[in-house]
Amino acid sequence: QGKFTLLRDTRTDGSFLVHHFLSFYLRAGCKVCFVALLQSFSHYSIVAQKLGVNLAAAKEQGQLVFLEGLKSCLDILFGEEEQPGQPSPLQFLSGSSGELRALFDFVRVSLTPCAQDSWKGPVLLVDDLSVLLSLGAAPVAVLDFIHYCRVCVCCQLQGNVVVLVHSSEDSEDEENELVVNSLCHHSDLILWAEGLATGFCKDVHGQIKIIKRLSLRQAAEQDQVQIYQYKIQDRNVTFFARGLSAAVL
Amino acid sequence: LVFTEEDKYGLYSNLLFKYFLAEGIVCGHDLFVASAKEHPDNILKELPAPLLDDTYRKELGDEAAVVNSEDFQDSMKIAWRYQNLPKMEASPTTYTKFGHYYDVSKKMPPELCQSVKWHSFYLHEELSFEPKMKAWNMNSGYARLLQSIQRIISQEGFDGSDPQKKQRNVLRIGIQSLGSVLWGDDVCCSETPEDPHSLTKFLYVLRGLLRKSLSACIITVPSHLIQNKAIMERVTNLSDMVVGLESFIGSERETNPLYKDYHGLVHVHQIPRLNSLICDVSDTKDLAFRLKRKLFTIERLHLPPDLSDTVSRASKQDLAASAKLLSSGCGAVAMGKRHLDF
Repeated sequence: QGKFTLLRDTRTDGSFLVHHFLSFYLRAGCKVCFVALLQSFSHYSIVAQKLGVNLAAAKEQGQLVFLEGLKSCLDILFGEEEQPGQPSPLQFLSGSSGELRALFDFVRVSLTPCAQDSWKGPVLLVDDLSVLLSLGAAPVAVLDFIHYCRVCVCCQLQGNVVVLVHSSEDSEDEENELVVNSLCHHSDLILWAEGLATGFCKDVHGQIKIIKRLSLRQAAEQDQVQIYQYKIQDRNVTFFARGLSAAVL
Repeated sequence: LVFTEEDKYGLYSNLLFKYFLAEGIVCGHDLFVASAKEHPDNILKELPAPLLDDTYRKELGDEAAVVNSEDFQDSMKIAWRYQNLPKMEASPTTYTKFGHYYDVSKKMPPELCQSVKWHSFYLHEELSFEPKMKAWNMNSGYARLLQSIQRIISQEGFDGSDPQKKQRNVLRIGIQSLGSVLWGDDVCCSETPEDPHSLTKFLYVLRGLLRKSLSACIITVPSHLIQNKAIMERVTNLSDMVVGLESFIGSERETNPLYKDYHGLVHVHQIPRLNSLICDVSDTKDLAFRLKRKLFTIERLHLPPDLSDTVSRASKQDLAASAKLLSSGCGAVAMGKRHLDF
């Protein structure tokens, strides 16, 4: 409860983690607000079906609040005039200010429990944060947005926040690195997917570093780091200890 | 959304662009061509002619027959372990139903061009920005292009908005040299462009339009001119497939014996991972292309056999160094440091 998890990938696609968390929290009966900026609803829906979760049903029952970034963006730019009382969550695209206040309000409203809700804790899932920078939001605005979300979701509502970002050591995108580094310092748990140090391999798709940031909550504790390797399959991802891939044994 | 990084002089990426459009015509798809450099009418006049099945198969058949008759009964004596491996095919010899082949030396017949509906967008001919649109915060050239695409998609019903239209078709969009100075964007001129977000915003909106409709798009970009690498990283993130073409013209690789049969390299930086957890990663990542008199082919890069009598150390090291520079993988499967690729 009340945890901030950062999903980070370096030169690979960590979206399998997003799919995992989405189906995990839905199956656990939590109310999920999913800010999906990069892919369409049907993409997530099809993958979720393979993982055993029906997104459309969850949306209808009110368990899942889905913000499809691509569609919202088109509505803002090509749609008719919006109603004055309901600003679109991605309003910063058309305005000149790079503030993400409208997006935060959207998150807050969707996760605040109403009387007839019987779901367990709220969860905010974001895929992926680096896109906001590409759309013109300033890095400070993005960090502010995440900060407000943490206060609201983790502290006030005792829920969890899971965010995906891309980064790399020799990246030239300084704004992105700034955001990622700052988020790393504030996370309770970091799942870092990256390539093997030895290069491309067909049977082991990469390695994942799980960093439990115990030092965040308690001053004297050290962070715990575990490293596993993984292989992605059609319906599943298998994790195994380093060097023990099925192809080798 | 297929994002192509142009080679230095734009020769080969132009060819790839034309192939995409030609395939659209042959398949009966509608076309939308946008450019700031050449008038789309001219682009369409220069598409390669499709090869009819029979003639191509015959040509390939001849080549294959010659090869087969030579080593028909040859069993390997020294490298016998390799006998059991499947024969590596450098280029497709069996005719597959997917896609068509084109003859680069001939132009597409005009009646074939006329058989599909096509729309064009030539930046310098477009009317001025419609005043009733809200502030877009984007380069006006890009904004106009997006408006045009959106208008075609909704008018022609590619987004399924017209339920009465029985036959649904696919729209192939080709955008040439995006990001170049001709579009009014200075991202290729300076490291700190005036509006660094124009290109990425454009791609995001385009991605939204593509996802919402039955369309596919290829964009060519002169990425070697873009000095701000952060933008390239963001753009890669926003595209489904990223392919880079590197031609050997004018570079030191032209004389490198490793590459003597080829005209350039194909770098696949990213492949689409849609509707699934996994993506289709091919076995080999080293691809090279060559432009023969009639065909443009992309094949696996294989080292020529080292048959020289006087093998000097220097040249061998050179070859090894160039081999290491070959593309070390695409973004969809994790890339690490490049020591061993197996």
